[in-house]
Amino acid sequence: MDMSANPISSSAPLLDVSGVTLQYKTKEHLVTATYRIDFQVFKSDRYVLLGPSGCGKSTLLKAVGGYLTPTEGEIRLKGNVIKKPGPDRMMVFQEFDQLLPWKTVKENVMFPLLASHKLSGKAAEDKAMQYIEKVKLAKFCDHHPHMLSGGMKQRVAIARGMAMEPDILLMDEPYAALDALTRRKMQDELLQLWDDTHFTVLFVTHSIPEAIKCGSRILLLSPHPGQVKAELASVPRDRIDGQEAKALEAHIHAMLFSDEIEEETHHG
Amino acid sequence: MDNKDAMLVSRPEIHRTTIASSAFGVVEKPLSSFERIYNIAALRKVAILILLAVIWEVGARLLNNELLFPTFIATNVAFFKGIASGELLIKVWASLKTLLVGYSIGIVLAALLTALGIASRIGTDLLETLTSMFNPLPAIALLPIALIWFGLGSGSLIFVLVHSVLWSVALNTHSGFLSVSTTMRMVGKNYGLRGLPYVAKILIPAAFPSILTGLKIGWAFAWRTLIASELVFGVSSGSGGLGWYIYENKNELEIANVFAGLFTVILIGLVVENLIFRVIENRTVRKWGMQN
Repeated sequence: MDMSANPISSSAPLLDVSGVTLQYKTKEHLVTATYRIDFQVFKSDRYVLLGPSGCGKSTLLKAVGGYLTPTEGEIRLKGNVIKKPGPDRMMVFQEFDQLLPWKTVKENVMFPLLASHKLSGKAAEDKAMQYIEKVKLAKFCDHHPHMLSGGMKQRVAIARGMAMEPDILLMDEPYAALDALTRRKMQDELLQLWDDTHFTVLFVTHSIPEAIKCGSRILLLSPHPGQVKAELASVPRDRIDGQEAKALEAHIHAMLFSDEIEEETHHG
Repeated sequence: MDNKDAMLVSRPEIHRTTIASSAFGVVEKPLSSFERIYNIAALRKVAILILLAVIWEVGARLLNNELLFPTFIATNVAFFKGIASGELLIKVWASLKTLLVGYSIGIVLAALLTALGIASRIGTDLLETLTSMFNPLPAIALLPIALIWFGLGSGSLIFVLVHSVLWSVALNTHSGFLSVSTTMRMVGKNYGLRGLPYVAKILIPAAFPSILTGLKIGWAFAWRTLIASELVFGVSSGSGGLGWYIYENKNELEIANVFAGLFTVILIGLVVENLIFRVIENRTVRKWGMQN
């Protein structure tokens, strides 16, 4: 794959997914979610996994998170094979119940720092507050999660992920459960945060505009089972509202849904 | 292109300017004092209690039979006499002591059993089989066997108490663990938590509403079982508890004292439910928004 388009990438990839086939069992079937997926994420990439529902993108993200073991191929982070979940790959989930309800906002952000013995006491608190301020929730740091709106909860989850300063931040459709207005705001905020710290993020979405807006690289997956269709560079941020973005959107749309139309005409 | 919306009524768009909120009459208004008092659950419950006491007093006066149904006032007189003489307090203490021992042992055993239940699949099967076998078995039905095994003393009382606490606490704790959401489990794993820290820092707090329910049910079962078993075989280790106090006074036809004994049982139940468990609830599951 052509990596020269990414100016930030220097030498070795941060995350190397090679030939990964993922299968899981339901009660009655063995399902192949993805088939021989290859891709590489470099430092400070905003890497998006994009595909229709059922293309195994969430399953792939869970495998990077360490919750699933590939039946074939391997996933390496900084050269080490991923075997189990760990705080070097913080996850941000789609669900609002990812915050621990018995902890306040501040405690929620501090908890992984303490649990993984990365920081302790005052240092953890300072780090937590620093990121809570970044997501503009300092006023709410002593609130419990049930008092927050959905968007605020997601911001806490993002602050929590970023406070750990992980090698890579994994986001599983983090804005899918939000309303359209809040989602736009959150996308802008994510980009602002990225401008601040240049963190590496692997982001799953099924929204093409979101992929183009938030991503720097976009991996397109085909459905059932997921296979790599293309890896594209997104439109530069300053031209995100222009014709170029619209053209890319149309292009991606055509690539993702061309099979379906073919299939339909085939059947019809 | 023909206009498909031609059938719709055409009308101009509407634009309005909104007024600043300071210009309205009411944005936020404090509730009236009656509404605020009515919102206090404790006060509502006290009102119910007072009403019940009045009904009791009036009913007993109409019936006018000291032996069948002493009045609320007579019961209270007997109750305060019992407290003043110290007799009732000694009985209460004797009952509570046995109860606390049985309750604590029951909880510890339930914790061990649930620990087995989450550690392995066979442990889960064991827990589920045992609870489905023994949970429906009334503790009092085990009393004859307990008497043969442990003799006439607090040993057999504690045995039946443990039985009454263990299964409901284990069952509720286990089902609480099962209902912890996948997301929350993944969050815990994501932090690198495993084994005991994972259970203590994620599973137990996440399952706390169910655990608390189990503790409450266990408490009620234990309290019932204790009074019932004391009624059946009375004295244990010399002094005897509240059940024995009720039984003894019935034999002496001191019906006001019998009612005072029952009154004490109710009172302790109310105190434990409304003070101890309510406080725990308010400080945990309610504060966390896990229960309304």
